[in-house]
Amino acid sequence: MPPYAIETEALGRIYKIRGIKKEKAIRRELVALADVNLKIEQGELFGLLGPNGAGKTTLIKILTTLLAPTSGMARVAGFDVTGSPNLIRPCINMVSGGESSGYGLLTVRENLWMFSQFYGVPSKEAYHRIDELLKRVGIFDRRHTKSSDLSTGLRQKMNIVRGFMTDPQVLFLDEPTLGLDVGASREVRGLIREWLDANKSRTLLLTTHYMVEADELCDRVAIINEGRVLACDTPSALKQRLQQDALFEIETTPLNGLSLANLETQPGVRKVSCQEVDGGATLNFILKEEAALAVVINSLTAARVNIKKLSKHEPTLEDVFVELVGHSMADMERSSMNG
Amino acid sequence: MGEQDAAGGKKNTGWRLFWQSVIARSYPRIIGQQRDLSWMLFEVIMPLGSVIAYVLVYRALKAPEEYVGFVVIGGAMTAFWMNVLWSMSTQLYWEKEQGNLALYIMAPNSMMSILLGMALGGMVATILRAVVIVLLGSLMFGVQYVVVSPFEMFAIFMISMVALYGMGMMFASAFLLFGREAWAISDMIQEPVNLITGLYFPIKSLPFWIAAAASVIPLTLGLDAMRQLAFPSGFKLGFLSTHVEMLVLAGLSVIFLVGAKLLLDYTEKLAIREGRVTEARR
Repeated sequence: MPPYAIETEALGRIYKIRGIKKEKAIRRELVALADVNLKIEQGELFGLLGPNGAGKTTLIKILTTLLAPTSGMARVAGFDVTGSPNLIRPCINMVSGGESSGYGLLTVRENLWMFSQFYGVPSKEAYHRIDELLKRVGIFDRRHTKSSDLSTGLRQKMNIVRGFMTDPQVLFLDEPTLGLDVGASREVRGLIREWLDANKSRTLLLTTHYMVEADELCDRVAIINEGRVLACDTPSALKQRLQQDALFEIETTPLNGLSLANLETQPGVRKVSCQEVDGGATLNFILKEEAALAVVINSLTAARVNIKKLSKHEPTLEDVFVELVGHSMADMERSSMNG
Repeated sequence: MGEQDAAGGKKNTGWRLFWQSVIARSYPRIIGQQRDLSWMLFEVIMPLGSVIAYVLVYRALKAPEEYVGFVVIGGAMTAFWMNVLWSMSTQLYWEKEQGNLALYIMAPNSMMSILLGMALGGMVATILRAVVIVLLGSLMFGVQYVVVSPFEMFAIFMISMVALYGMGMMFASAFLLFGREAWAISDMIQEPVNLITGLYFPIKSLPFWIAAAASVIPLTLGLDAMRQLAFPSGFKLGFLSTHVEMLVLAGLSVIFLVGAKLLLDYTEKLAIREGRVTEARR
């Protein structure tokens, strides 16, 4: 039995971005992953937490043998991803959020049966597993529905079943609850936990940009940004990092040009992030001590920004992310969408 | 042969996994596609329209009656050619766009089993369309067949299919590699190929070297041999003897299947190295 279900050492991936065909020379390089060192034990539910473009999907692609690393080493189920992909493939499966795999003209059951055959599951066993899993995710009554007639949520549940159906040693879920409503997300999270608890030899690596999901589900979490792992620990240990700090959320009227940089230079302020909302802003402060709150309030008042609501809260993974990266995940995703 | 999954369930490996995958991947084409009845229009009615047009022209020109039969068989074989050119060849490209390709590469089965499954499924589904065209065409124009050697006829048909779909499997990897450029080339060659393969006339009518060059496309010799075996005067209008044509088709089958395997391996390596082939365009 391998010591780790997943192990990476100094793993890196650089994409070479080429210009138009006439310009054969490589124009620039994009570092998608740099020096990633992870050791994930068998039976662990491990979360990769980061904004879009952080490198989560690139890492999953390398671990699922779909992409070669440009440096370093990665092993899954004890086998090297570059040297022995054929030994890894029978042990793994992957589901991505929002994927549209399968064929619309086939029913849910037929699509799932087809994918089970690519893993060598005998048909009788495959149908048994499919029916059980469809019941578990609550879409057994839709088993004879063409997959093109499914809603996004139901389709994602079908995809989740596809991942579990082959009973892999290591399962990769890339944003599994993307596009699901609250109830469906909860059901999927329940299934994930149940599947892992049923057999301690199973391991699950989950990527998400939902902090609450990572906090609720994962045994350990790695926070990743710009291709680098910034921190890796249990959710409670990560939050413990901020236990000495005072965390405040302040809802205000529009900021009237008051810059975050200005607020961050105030004495006692460690980090601040801002989410602009209609008719105002929500500011999240990490303060070295509670006394610094007075300075913050004075700064806001001086800038003619009115405080609508002020609350103190316990550290969350979102706060840990802000502390590590300097921005909230929502901020980063907004700025990446704006180019 | 087999191995166990995390829960101790048995999984097939080796050749059993290979054939299990072939059958599974042929399923969407054999069963799934029949649910979309638009195939009746695009793959039966439209080819039949061309058949009718050619038959009317030949009859107006008072061409030998065998030509009517030649056109009907040509119409049926057009269904296979179209299936190879536009469905089989583009399939891996669409699989990539849909997100299935990454799942296929990541699965423990061989990618050749996926390609073979697509080919088998396409072939079986198109046989149904071809039979409908032959039946309707023959009934409409009273075509009489005199098959001298049904066994040889069947062997020629099967070997033509292997060579034709082998070429389709090779094209599938080429389309994936070259994307829209391959598309444009296929679009460009469609009509010239229809002409030089003799879909609606005996290939012998063309100059020898053009007919010989056209023989690279398995449709040409397969069609010519079947016409020779299906009509009493077919031998007089044949390009080469049926035995020679069968040998050439067997050679082409090997070349295309080996070519498909090599190109597929190269594509998969490129996909993993550069990470762009499994990435859908966004």
